[in-house]
Amino acid sequence: MNIANVKQKSLKQRKIKDNFMVGLLYLSTLIVITPLIIIISYVIYNGINALNWDFFVHELGSPTRAMQGRPTGLVHTILGTAVVDTLALLIALPVGVGSGILLSEYPDNKLNPALRIINDTLNGMPAILKGLLAFALIVKPMGTFSGLAGGVALAFVMIPIIARATESALMNIPWSIREAGLAIGLPRWRVIMSTVIPAAKTGLVTGFLIAFARAVGEAAPLMFTSFGNNYLPKHWTGMIFGPVDTLPQRLYSLAISPYKEWHAMGWAAGIILLVFVITLFIFARVLTAEKKYES
Amino acid sequence: MEKIPEKNKEIIIKNDSIDMANCPTCSTKVRIEAKNLTIKYGKEFGVKNVSVPIHDKNVTALIGPSGCGKTTFLRCLNRMHDLNKKVSISGQVLLDGQDIYDSKVNPVNIRRKIGMVFQKPTPFPTMSIYDNVVAGLKLVGIRNKSLLNEVCEKALTQAALFDEVKDRLKSPGGSLSGGQQQRLSIARALAIEPEVILMDEPTSSLDPKSTLKIEDLIFELKKNYSIVIVTHNLPQAARVSDCSIFMYLGELIEYGKTEKLFKNPSDKRTEEYITGKFG
Amino acid sequence: MANNLGNIINKKPIHIIYRWLGDKIFLSLSFILGLTIVLLAIAMGFVLYSESGETFKTFGVWGFIKGTDWDAGLHMSFGALPFIFGTLVTSIFSLLIAFLPSIAIAIFIAEYAPKWLSNITDNLINLIAAIPSVVVGIWGIFVFAPWMRDTFYMPIFLWTAENYPTLLPIIGSPIGYGMTTATIILALMIIPYITVLTKDAIKKVPQEQREAAYALGATKWEVIRMAILPYARGGIMAGAMLSFGRAIGETMAVAMLIGNKNSFPFSIVGPASTIPSVIINEFREAVSNIHVSSLMALGLILFVISLIVNLIAAYITRKLSITGGKVI
Repeated sequence: MNIANVKQKSLKQRKIKDNFMVGLLYLSTLIVITPLIIIISYVIYNGINALNWDFFVHELGSPTRAMQGRPTGLVHTILGTAVVDTLALLIALPVGVGSGILLSEYPDNKLNPALRIINDTLNGMPAILKGLLAFALIVKPMGTFSGLAGGVALAFVMIPIIARATESALMNIPWSIREAGLAIGLPRWRVIMSTVIPAAKTGLVTGFLIAFARAVGEAAPLMFTSFGNNYLPKHWTGMIFGPVDTLPQRLYSLAISPYKEWHAMGWAAGIILLVFVITLFIFARVLTAEKKYES
Repeated sequence: MEKIPEKNKEIIIKNDSIDMANCPTCSTKVRIEAKNLTIKYGKEFGVKNVSVPIHDKNVTALIGPSGCGKTTFLRCLNRMHDLNKKVSISGQVLLDGQDIYDSKVNPVNIRRKIGMVFQKPTPFPTMSIYDNVVAGLKLVGIRNKSLLNEVCEKALTQAALFDEVKDRLKSPGGSLSGGQQQRLSIARALAIEPEVILMDEPTSSLDPKSTLKIEDLIFELKKNYSIVIVTHNLPQAARVSDCSIFMYLGELIEYGKTEKLFKNPSDKRTEEYITGKFG
Repeated sequence: MANNLGNIINKKPIHIIYRWLGDKIFLSLSFILGLTIVLLAIAMGFVLYSESGETFKTFGVWGFIKGTDWDAGLHMSFGALPFIFGTLVTSIFSLLIAFLPSIAIAIFIAEYAPKWLSNITDNLINLIAAIPSVVVGIWGIFVFAPWMRDTFYMPIFLWTAENYPTLLPIIGSPIGYGMTTATIILALMIIPYITVLTKDAIKKVPQEQREAAYALGATKWEVIRMAILPYARGGIMAGAMLSFGRAIGETMAVAMLIGNKNSFPFSIVGPASTIPSVIINEFREAVSNIHVSSLMALGLILFVISLIVNLIAAYITRKLSITGGKVI
């Protein structure tokens, strides 16, 4: 028997299937991209009117304030977000970068295999559990919800991402650069600090931006750590040691509240969050593109 | 595809030292014929104005130093360059008189007639040995079990692999040794009953013992197929091929019977290469 | 010269400290920071375990897990089953919905789209992952859920009421907030993760595999079916598993859209609850110890599920990855 004599699928049939599948690929992509555009458009459309001067200079106050049409805004939320996110970054950076250095610069360290698996697992853990951990570690002993607890909870979100990003950014630096440093008699830590890390700068910053963008949008870990607050604290330390408002958590509270005025402010908070996150996202992308271009 | 200006064509023909119509060495008919073939990567020349016949039931070896364009030329014979948009090709490749770069010709059909074996063994690692061999048949919707079994056995036997794997046809293709994987790749190419087989340094990643097996196999296969083999290994070219093509810097320098080309090359560059002065 | 310099540096006592002690301190510091991460993970498990002690003492571990009653008002009786069920069902179905489109998009980006379109699509898909969960949630509350209610749930509900009234409890109340709405949104939110991981897996398929398939006379789609997808399957499965982990832990959007009903029976479009959503809804207001403890116990269950999912993903990555043409 010869295969040429057997009935075969014609090339035309196969081509039709090919084109059909390509059609499906385009269709899936379109179907998934559409909601993205719809969501962004809705957020902007519904929130843009609430984004006025008052929004940036007044505090929220009680619901009656908004219902009576008195000026109300989210200045305390924006400031609170800045404080909590900065705290989180300050806590997460040393831990994340230090672990990343251990993973990439001391490949033989006995801790590394376990650290790598645990770090990945921690990264995959739901953010809400990081909130529960911060609640047990900070809120309970302190006896109060606080910006600090919120910062710690968000730091737990950032740490594994920063550690991973640091590791891969440093790994990308050729080993010869380290050898060159060691060869002129520099100690290892000097080589890492003054040649490896500067060389990996772009990769590191990109990683930090991605970690930061992830944490900025998180509400779940903040709900029972920084808790939320309708007012500005009397003294700025209140932002660290007392309950403080943050954008994602405030957006949630506004959205599930029964007041129409607050819904509009929720959409507006959405615009700010989106603008912030998308800016970080674009920055990270531009940096990555530049890095590719350099190499 | 670019056209070569008429003026250049004349020069090529004038300079062509090869009598293509009557190859002095081969009695079999011409299967593939390259005519004024030029291949460019972007602006760089890969192959310059090559015209050469490839005969039926015959092994043709492509030799030359690395970067001379032999692999580029080989890949052009079954339109593998279609995958890379940067490559532009001008000239003709005739398969039994029909230009394979004609716009009416589908590369999928060409590749079924002109099979290919690569430098590295390329079994599909998740498929079983059996499925690897019949992969090409299943593509065209052949599902007849007994036919598939028959073709599988035949192809594996031709590739001198059947006895070694007949008891474990269902185990994954990736579980074989390097030499066996390469023979599996050859069996897979044979299963679709091509007319020509292109081999791109098929033994370069194998140990001497496996290399010898593949060479024996090539010797067997040429009874039925026309084979073009790219090789770095000059003794191998001398052992397996009937005709040899020597390329240098993208140009065809010399073509002829392997024996003559190795013992009594007519071009100085060929002589230098064969005697190991460069390459 | 470099050697001379090194000798001079080495001989000065201050530089011995600088070299030797500096390296020691630096390594110790890195080690401690690395250890912090390990301790964090252990602390997470330990804290959740110890905080949920009271619940497990009162109801028993198994009793809590299979308990279907969640009553923080009158009887102070707590059971986790409705939430475990809600979490698993929404996650599994969102994965089922998201899987094929994600792979399609990954193939589109990696193999089919021209470079400019591929870049744009890649960025847009990543942007979906960047949108904060609460922003998706507010859109869901005010736009998507009402639209689903009016377009699908109500007509289906009314039609069923007329023709098969006995099936109504299975359909559930068509208020718009419920299982189906949450699942669809969840699917949208995990698509970027599966897509990115699938794309990475596809890009790792060696060019030779593609060429081998082309050389057999395969069309482009056949190359993808025959050579690319099977080769990348380890990465794809691990990606799906990791995305499943994401779906399990996704909190805000689900809490805003699932309707928050803490009890059985479940219905297709009716309200329900997941572990994260009930923690978000009740933890802030929980006063009694046993209530807090039960929420922590739910957290522990979430921790265990998430741990298992992540470890399976890591295992798949190792087990199914293909190196050098060999299946390990």
